[in-house]
Amino acid sequence: MRRADRTRLPARGPDKPFRFPEIRRRTLENGLRVWTVEHRQVPLVSVLLLIPAGAAADPADRPGLAAITGDMLDEGCGDRSALDVHEALGRIGAQLETDVGHDATVLGLTTLARFLDKGLELMADMIIRPRFEQREFDRVRDLRLNRLLQLRDLPPALADRVFAQLLYRNHPYGHLPIGSEGSLRAITVRDIAAFHRRAYGPSRATVIAVGDGTHEALAEAALRAFAPWQPAPDGQPPPDPETFGPPVPPPNRLALVHRPAAAQSELRIGHVALARRTPDYHAALVLNMVLGGQFVSRINMNLREEKGYTYGARTAFEFRRAPGPFVLQASVQSEVTADAVREALAEVRAIRADRPVTREELELGRAALTRGYPRNFETADQIARAAAQLALYGLPDDYFNTFVPRVLALDERAVTRAAEAHIDPSRLITVIVGDRERLSRPLAALDLGEASEVAVS
Amino acid sequence: MNIPYTKHTLANGLDVVVHEDHGVPIVAVNVWYHVGSKNEVPGRTGFAHLFEHLMFEGSQHYDKGYFHPLQEAGASLNGSTNADRTNYWEVVPTNALELALWMESDRMGYLLPALTDAKFDNQRDVVLNERRQNYENRPYGLAGMAIVSALYPPDHPYHWLTIGAADDLRAAHLNDVRDFFQTYYHPGNASLALAGDIDASEAIALAEMYFGEIAGAPRPAKVQVAAPGGPAADVRLVLEDRVELPRLYMAWHSPALFAEGDAEFDLLADLLASGKTSRLYRALVYEQRIATEVAASQNSRELGSFFQVVATAAPGRTLAEVDRAILREIAAFSAKGPTESELERVLAQAEAHFIFRLQTVGGFGGKSDQLNAYNTFLDDPGFFDRDLARYRRVSLEALRQHAADGLAPDRRIVLSVVPRGRLALALEDSRPVNVS
Repeated sequence: MRRADRTRLPARGPDKPFRFPEIRRRTLENGLRVWTVEHRQVPLVSVLLLIPAGAAADPADRPGLAAITGDMLDEGCGDRSALDVHEALGRIGAQLETDVGHDATVLGLTTLARFLDKGLELMADMIIRPRFEQREFDRVRDLRLNRLLQLRDLPPALADRVFAQLLYRNHPYGHLPIGSEGSLRAITVRDIAAFHRRAYGPSRATVIAVGDGTHEALAEAALRAFAPWQPAPDGQPPPDPETFGPPVPPPNRLALVHRPAAAQSELRIGHVALARRTPDYHAALVLNMVLGGQFVSRINMNLREEKGYTYGARTAFEFRRAPGPFVLQASVQSEVTADAVREALAEVRAIRADRPVTREELELGRAALTRGYPRNFETADQIARAAAQLALYGLPDDYFNTFVPRVLALDERAVTRAAEAHIDPSRLITVIVGDRERLSRPLAALDLGEASEVAVS
Repeated sequence: MNIPYTKHTLANGLDVVVHEDHGVPIVAVNVWYHVGSKNEVPGRTGFAHLFEHLMFEGSQHYDKGYFHPLQEAGASLNGSTNADRTNYWEVVPTNALELALWMESDRMGYLLPALTDAKFDNQRDVVLNERRQNYENRPYGLAGMAIVSALYPPDHPYHWLTIGAADDLRAAHLNDVRDFFQTYYHPGNASLALAGDIDASEAIALAEMYFGEIAGAPRPAKVQVAAPGGPAADVRLVLEDRVELPRLYMAWHSPALFAEGDAEFDLLADLLASGKTSRLYRALVYEQRIATEVAASQNSRELGSFFQVVATAAPGRTLAEVDRAILREIAAFSAKGPTESELERVLAQAEAHFIFRLQTVGGFGGKSDQLNAYNTFLDDPGFFDRDLARYRRVSLEALRQHAADGLAPDRRIVLSVVPRGRLALALEDSRPVNVS
């Protein structure tokens, strides 16, 4: 028998090529796109319904409308009351999730394969025939208002909210999907029904069914459920975020949300950066891996492993239809907040100046993205969500199969160029949720200008 | 639904469990050590979890952080500690299986020579930050500590949470690491599960090659502790916190993990609070609208479990109203039990959730983690079907009986968490508790 050689780490064998499973596409007579993928490891199916309208489609005076519309879908539809809907879902062991993001509303249902027809029937009922009853709406709105109230005590939620406001101001990305208290109080059932008519049309939607069935069986089931879906006569779809102009840059670079005696400070540092369809997408991903996108990135190693300031720090480009933010986030010990901000800013500056991406970092970043790539496509739900990216962002059919070679084709210069082009230290906005009394003096030494104090209503 | 596996125990006592699944070219490597915060002693709490952090900081033959080579190979990796066990896992592309085995075996066999004061101090700071971020700075974050410290006596190892006391963490010493490692971190107290794109006999040969050379040691004695009595009354406590809405936590002792009655309490949790048509959600949140949310859970553990109900009062409503409504629903359930239709619903949900967990080979709760759970706690990795059968054979009457016996209003801990300075919002006669 071979003995373990402890003098060196074992060599890896050759990488196995990865191929995304085949997506079969068809379009129903009502314009609905139906995509299917066979995935037969476990007796489950996942069905996603993608509506390309999210919080960015909220009318300016109704932030939160898209989200509460999504939330109302399962509160009664067709012949079923709200309780009937949930009883029916429970009886097939289905898991229903509604995600309303900035660009899209996604309804997702996972259930045992033998219940596919029943699950689709319920989903179609929710989408085509929601009741939007006043009584249910009052209750759902109260729950959302209470949630909003509780989010005031959650530092990450506060930080996200203020960060979006500062970066985007009046731009449609300037509010979180949940909206604000004032707007939730102003929204009526008629607003919701009108939003549903405008945004939820079959010709802009995509159904993606992945799971333990043949393409034909999955598609036939979707056809049976969704063929009756007809577009509303007065449907004028909301504008595409891609057509929005850029947001107005904020006046201050530092904002503080006072949280007396906070045990930690919650940080967000970033600026508006890239849209999903940027040609630099792959380079930005590698750049992010080096800077703050994985455990061994520069920022986490510095702030967590060297300094012990935090349980973890990370960065991300949030890619959307229109340019989304580049953001660094961390929760740090109160007494070292200013030091943590200084270190974080220094890391961001350094990667495009005196410490550009090295060969070793490049290889590590590319490897982490490419060698681990197949892990992202293990479950039916993962595959369906991946396919939804193609639909939402209009990516090419071979996108997943070209990902690995495109990342591997990048060199240090391409990645450093992406840093120079897409991260601008002079535009970074810093948001801190923490104790003003303990922070104001050390922060003044950071030379970020006057801190604007933000009260959260 | 069964998960086929091969089990082989090495001469040093290490259990190796292998499951083949060639769906995606990845392999899950999952190691359980049968040690958790229940093996700690008062004054040294939080140590098992702090130790877990040290396992990522390097070992004798690779004395650097563990993340770098594994992430470079395309792995995802993590670890976690709870009261009963500590687990470590990697999900690697098939061609990096040996790398993961090399590293897991190096830290199992050769951790101590690589430990330094600097690593220890740094990871203690990281853990103290984790504690601040996830407990001290989070709304209702200290409620769990108040509950377990009231439910279990001070010398019972479930008296504290796995994160431990901040003072104990500060008092922890590098010397403690050596004893802890020698007692608990060896092949005789561990279980290795491999699941994914591998051949079973090849996987066992590789496990033998990397782990076979590590000396075994006797399996540590089981923690012996008297079953906690009580609570013998309606024990009322109050905690002030930085929250907007007052919340009620109530807890009862319940049957241990896999013991008779454990599955019934799992189903009781679903019957009471899973989904809009569950008893408590429907009554408190949907119909009366006196609560904004309600949850119930059977927290199953080796030495004994506890059943918990949590509800947040809606603005303008009192915890007393919420408490009355919960007790009324539990009393009604205890008198008549569930309907046939209710039981059908929760069984369908239980079966679906059981299968949802088996969609991945690795990570928390995937197939390899579940194989190790069954192997560690029951010495039987093939328990899947029998686990599901525990739920399928539950009767309406057993559910009623367990609720009537186990969820008595005069044998519970009930904790009110109220906004700072608003002690009057707590249930009447609640005693302030001090946790930090």
